[in-house]
Amino acid sequence: MDNRFLIDSKDLPFCKGCGHAGVAQNTEKALQKMGYNPLDVIFVTDIGCHGIIDKSLRSHTVHGLHGRSVALAGGIAAGLPKDSGKKVVVFIGDGGATIGMQHLLVAAHHNFPMTVVIHNNMLYGMTGGQPSEFTPCGFNTPTAPNRSAIGAIDMVRLMEGVGAAYVSRISGIGDFSDELVEAFSQPGFSLVEVMEICPSYGVKSNPGMKLKQVIESSGLQLHKNKLERSVNHNETYSGFNNSLLTDKLVVEKEFDPVIKGTVRILLGGSAGEGTQSAAEFLARTAMLSGLYATKKGHYPVTVGVGFSAAEVIISDKPIYYSGSTKPDYMLITSQDGLEYAMPRIKKSDTSVILLDSSLETPETASTVISTDLRSKAGSRNAAMLSVFKLIKDYGILSEASLLTAFSRNKLSTKVPVETFTANI
Amino acid sequence: MTETINKQMAFIDGSRLITEACVRAGAEVFVGYPITPANLLYSYANQRYPAMMAAPDEITTLQWMTGYASLGKLPVTATSFPGYALMIESINMALMMELPMVIILVQRLGPATGTATNGAQGDLAVVHGSISGGFQLPTFCISNLQDCWEMSAKAVETAIKLRTPVVLLTSKEMVMTQMSFDLTKLTEIKKSELAVFEGDNLYKSYETKENLIPSFLPVTQNQHQVRFTASTHNKEGILQNTTPEALDNTRRLKAKLDLHLDEFLFYELDETESAETIILSFDITAQASREALHKLRDAGEKVDLLVAKTLFPMPDKYHQILASYKKVIIAEENLDGQYRHLLYGSKPPSHIKGVNAIGRMIQPEEIIKEVNSNG
Ligand SMILES: Cc1ncc(C[n+]2csc(CCOP(=O)(O)OP(=O)(O)O)c2C)c(N)n1
Ligand code: SF4
Ligand SMILES: [Mg+2]
Repeated sequence: MDNRFLIDSKDLPFCKGCGHAGVAQNTEKALQKMGYNPLDVIFVTDIGCHGIIDKSLRSHTVHGLHGRSVALAGGIAAGLPKDSGKKVVVFIGDGGATIGMQHLLVAAHHNFPMTVVIHNNMLYGMTGGQPSEFTPCGFNTPTAPNRSAIGAIDMVRLMEGVGAAYVSRISGIGDFSDELVEAFSQPGFSLVEVMEICPSYGVKSNPGMKLKQVIESSGLQLHKNKLERSVNHNETYSGFNNSLLTDKLVVEKEFDPVIKGTVRILLGGSAGEGTQSAAEFLARTAMLSGLYATKKGHYPVTVGVGFSAAEVIISDKPIYYSGSTKPDYMLITSQDGLEYAMPRIKKSDTSVILLDSSLETPETASTVISTDLRSKAGSRNAAMLSVFKLIKDYGILSEASLLTAFSRNKLSTKVPVETFTANI
Repeated sequence: MTETINKQMAFIDGSRLITEACVRAGAEVFVGYPITPANLLYSYANQRYPAMMAAPDEITTLQWMTGYASLGKLPVTATSFPGYALMIESINMALMMELPMVIILVQRLGPATGTATNGAQGDLAVVHGSISGGFQLPTFCISNLQDCWEMSAKAVETAIKLRTPVVLLTSKEMVMTQMSFDLTKLTEIKKSELAVFEGDNLYKSYETKENLIPSFLPVTQNQHQVRFTASTHNKEGILQNTTPEALDNTRRLKAKLDLHLDEFLFYELDETESAETIILSFDITAQASREALHKLRDAGEKVDLLVAKTLFPMPDKYHQILASYKKVIIAEENLDGQYRHLLYGSKPPSHIKGVNAIGRMIQPEEIIKEVNSNG
């Protein structure tokens, strides 16, 4: 069995002396020591010089976007069958780890089974040697020749902070395959930050400086940290199998319809006061009489405050359009609802408006019926009471269908029907 | 009238039908980041998909989805413009890798965060222009509850068959409004499966035969090396600059869709014999258009209606249909007629009219007025 991971470990696509070559060679050595075959490993590579390695690899390769390789690998690692026997390895640069920093934190947080190898040459090699968030104090780059003000982010410590199961920072000189073996052997998430040098930009901007010296003066420690964490491959599986099309959705016709044609109702109330459920109740009650119905809700983003409005259409014909511009009835149970409905109240001349008696009667050519809703049923049930009143007083649906519908509504287990029948 | 109703009437919203249809068609994982008005899809997904992942942002969402897709599992997400904007680079990646997935885009009022709880049809140009280089994402649009079922299934099927990300375009009222709907109208949905490479000869991830669709192998393979690449690449999936083979592969991404366009062309044409006016609509405004059509016909007017369900790549068929009318009215809930401009350019001919609105649904009466106007 040919267990070379690199087609030719002497011929790698980097500048002469580039630290990335050492990472590739040591990775091969480490995986071989562990007994992996090339097709046991899925390499996910980032955009940057280090990511050009794909073509030299004999394993599976996935080459995506700058900074996103860790997230991409996270999807693979999370979805891999438990017994797949595959090892997911991410190759990313300090640049990729900068732009995609959140992905590293999240992958460690979830403890996805994968190893991230950061090729930290302390600059963006591919784009000409600009500084990254990993560029330490005193390490100059072509575009930041006097880098001194801010130091490097200590990624290893940051990862510890989110509970990474295994992190280490190592020097990328010589044989570091044993360190990689340790990281690759972790059952969950592991990260190795390999400190290395880009001869083309790093050396040029810092003549005579040695990697050891850079590491020492940067304040970054070469160290590792391990945390016992369990890997739950099935964490993401909810495993639901049941159809969403349940019997509960079905409303069979049990009563004869009273109305002919189409009736449009606008309910205007306040958030948290049952406006949406009262509207849905009205629509379902209509369906008990074999009518077509629609219910469209309208509310601000903050569900707990402000207006809550709903438009209900009931009809003996199929309804194509679920908007309702000119309601036949408006059921207004609160000041928020009144304000919401005001433009339509002002414009309408043929509507009937059931208005809670606590509210000021608006100017309109339509009929306004001021009625006790909130005071009789309480703020939470005022909308439901208004629906009862609408059906009783205007006969758009039969009372029998109303009572049947209510007995099946979950509100009936909490609020006695008399709260509504006694007040209409 | 009532005897026609008594079937299996359910009171239901579009999100529920979309979710059920996607899973039946072969979707295996939902990856989501919450955003109004796509949250119902997220919550139903939580009850229905074999796997569910709560992503920390929309870029991660698309990356996780792509990871799943590389294993041969069909992922779905649902978002709105702010999330879609973050996804775009990653959608380009998935398209280039030829990994299937469905992105449900529930439109709301923009620009920017706009009004989260107000519907809109304002993202057509964004979807049309999502892919750098002028490539297209197959884009389906939902015009009623029946489409929530059928177009969702088609979106999954198309993604799997053509190995591409697919956009399922919809809007707030379409996925949130509850309506009575006859469940017996739901057609059977067959599960789609990826065409998998078979044989012992050398596998190249992007080699294709006449159908221009590469056969799939997941990265869990033990016999063949599998490569997925978002950079310009050759048949093996190895990054190239602009070699002829790599450019041919890139061009194939368009040719692949062109070749199969007919298989995923869906529209509804309601025509009479001698109508000279046609309404073109889609998404939520198709509802108002259908209502307008019925009212106009009841009043003795001769009007036709074309409801576009395959929006992109722009079907030539629509031009063929529309060419025979003296007046074409395109109704869509956005500022200035995005689909109208995509069909007819920046200065549409004078017989191409737009009915547009922002911040509210277009009403049937507005369409009727345009039909009756002598402009
Ligand atoms: C979204 C995005 N922004 C910017 C770039 C340009 N870009 C390509 S590689 C790179 C930096 C690479 O640096 P690093 O990750 O450290 O890799 P190195 O080249 O040093 O190995 C940048 C900024 C890109 N490809 N994508
Ligand atoms: S530019 Fe720097 S990082 Fe890139 S290959 Fe050359 S030496 Fe390596
Ligand atoms: Mg770098």
